[in-house]
Amino acid sequence: MSIPCIKKEANAKNLTGDVMNNENYKKYAADRAKRSASALNCTKAFAVGGLICCLGQALSNLFISLGAGEKDAGTLVSVSLIFLGGLLTGIGVFDKIGKFAGAGTLVPITGFANAIAAPAIENKTEGFINGVCTKMFVIAGPVIVFGTLASAVYGVIYYVLTQVAQ
Amino acid sequence: MRDIIRFENIYVNGGSSVVGKTEAKGPLARYFDLCEEDEYFGKDSWEKAESEMTRRTLEKLFAKAHISPEDLDLICGGDLLNQCVASSFGVKEFGVPFLGLYGACSTFAEAVICASMFIKGGGAGRVAVCASSHFCSAEKQYRFPLEYGGQRTPTAQNTVTGCGALLLSGEPSDIRVADAMTGRIVDAGITDANNMGAAMAKAAADTLTRYFESSGMKPSDFDIVATGDLGREGYEICTELLKDSLPGLTDKYTDCGMLIYDLEKQDVHCGGSGCGCSAVVTAAYFLDKLTKGDASNVLLLSTGALMNPNTVLQGQSICGIAHAVHFERGTK
Amino acid sequence: MDYLKAFLVGGAFCLIAQIFIDKTAVTGARILVSYVVAGVALTGIGAYKYVVDFGGAGATVPIVGFGYTLAEATKAAVDEKGLLGALTGGLSGTSAGIAAAVVFAFIWALIFKSRQK
Repeated sequence: MSIPCIKKEANAKNLTGDVMNNENYKKYAADRAKRSASALNCTKAFAVGGLICCLGQALSNLFISLGAGEKDAGTLVSVSLIFLGGLLTGIGVFDKIGKFAGAGTLVPITGFANAIAAPAIENKTEGFINGVCTKMFVIAGPVIVFGTLASAVYGVIYYVLTQVAQ
Repeated sequence: MRDIIRFENIYVNGGSSVVGKTEAKGPLARYFDLCEEDEYFGKDSWEKAESEMTRRTLEKLFAKAHISPEDLDLICGGDLLNQCVASSFGVKEFGVPFLGLYGACSTFAEAVICASMFIKGGGAGRVAVCASSHFCSAEKQYRFPLEYGGQRTPTAQNTVTGCGALLLSGEPSDIRVADAMTGRIVDAGITDANNMGAAMAKAAADTLTRYFESSGMKPSDFDIVATGDLGREGYEICTELLKDSLPGLTDKYTDCGMLIYDLEKQDVHCGGSGCGCSAVVTAAYFLDKLTKGDASNVLLLSTGALMNPNTVLQGQSICGIAHAVHFERGTK
Repeated sequence: MDYLKAFLVGGAFCLIAQIFIDKTAVTGARILVSYVVAGVALTGIGAYKYVVDFGGAGATVPIVGFGYTLAEATKAAVDEKGLLGALTGGLSGTSAGIAAAVVFAFIWALIFKSRQK
């Protein structure tokens, strides 16, 4: 009988040295799994990321034309994109775009919104307090922690520098 | 070290399998008893869904074998969820004595070995074995929420939504469990949680080597030698590791994780993984081949990656294990 | 022109992250953390302002812009309140974004259910 999937010629890379030795095996497995940045992935990330920023720019222009100051317009853009990113997460579209675009959706603020909305939705089955609220920051928490830390460190350095300058 | 365990009168009296929608789109779809389109299986959480899948698989097994739960002495089963809840909650309503097992994705073969030993030792007459995994509950526990928009690496695998069960007893049938071998834990030093194939391939090679050494058989004595869920990456590594020491293996060797999906057309990276992978492929596809006489000797090596999310974050390596079970058709 | 600049600058940030992800298998969370800290640092040394002036939304929409807002707000708060501003500035400046993410996420969790694709 023939069994499907049997390949007579496995994708053989030459085994050098004693592969049963763990150090060699690790290197061998890592070499096999190693890949280069694919031009396709990078193009997709660039294009989608760029487009999201264009949307941000359009929203910014819109809010300014409606009379918002530049700073408020920036805040409104963030809020709008966070809204959109979360909504697309909820209706189950964001993960598809994310799979396609990779860093293109991860890096814009939409990725931040997705990282908060996704665990919130998924852990609803464990209740609102212990599920939704506890798990909300399971992915995005480090961003807020490190952002706050960095800004506090910067604030102290800036304070010291201004004191010294006076 | 005790090596091979030989069985005289342990027979397979039936099998059943229930899978999800991704598996239903794969090449083995027609062999499964039930393909469920609703990933929730009519329940309201992933954990309940997996338990319901296990319950339905056993119900199907009882129906196909024309028995009721009271006719069973024992259920041996396991899954991937914390504290083995999918299986224990799934079988609770049957009121049958139950042993929950955990061997990561090697659980199915582990369950067959335990059940066979129970029958051999006289501790039970008729035993059901089952193993399950569910894509959604596994993603939730081990990786990211389903709605999270991320990309996975090419060596990653797709957890099979499926539960497979076998009915074993001393009552003669065409197919018997001929022998088995318990695997050793092999630490290959792999720490990449997205490369389970490499982490488990060495364990599979270890058990295969030991099995053929101590059983006195050759790969050519088998129609199928199948690892559980190495996926394409692990399959290729295992082939390379053994191509000199086990000549003829490549002609018989396949992997359940590659059989269950169409790797070209389905977006599953290197193939299937999870307890359910080797369970449903064995209970549906291999059992069909054995029943019809297309295959007389099948060697199943369910492969497991031993780790949990914390050990991975701690940088501890992912160990592999592989248990071998030899199914044989009609010599008695 | 605004749009082209936003596209190029924003796209470039994503491109760099994608290269890191593909080549080093670094996780998304690490990329985001690095970008935020880089945003604070680049703003601190005064470089990021030029990127914002040039790229507009292309510089503020990526998560680096979150670092920029944190640092700018911290600086303003320190100017106003002294050392206390190092603690109050960052989160005050980004409060709208964080609050929006939390409030909306809660609403989405009320409405939607997790599904397999």
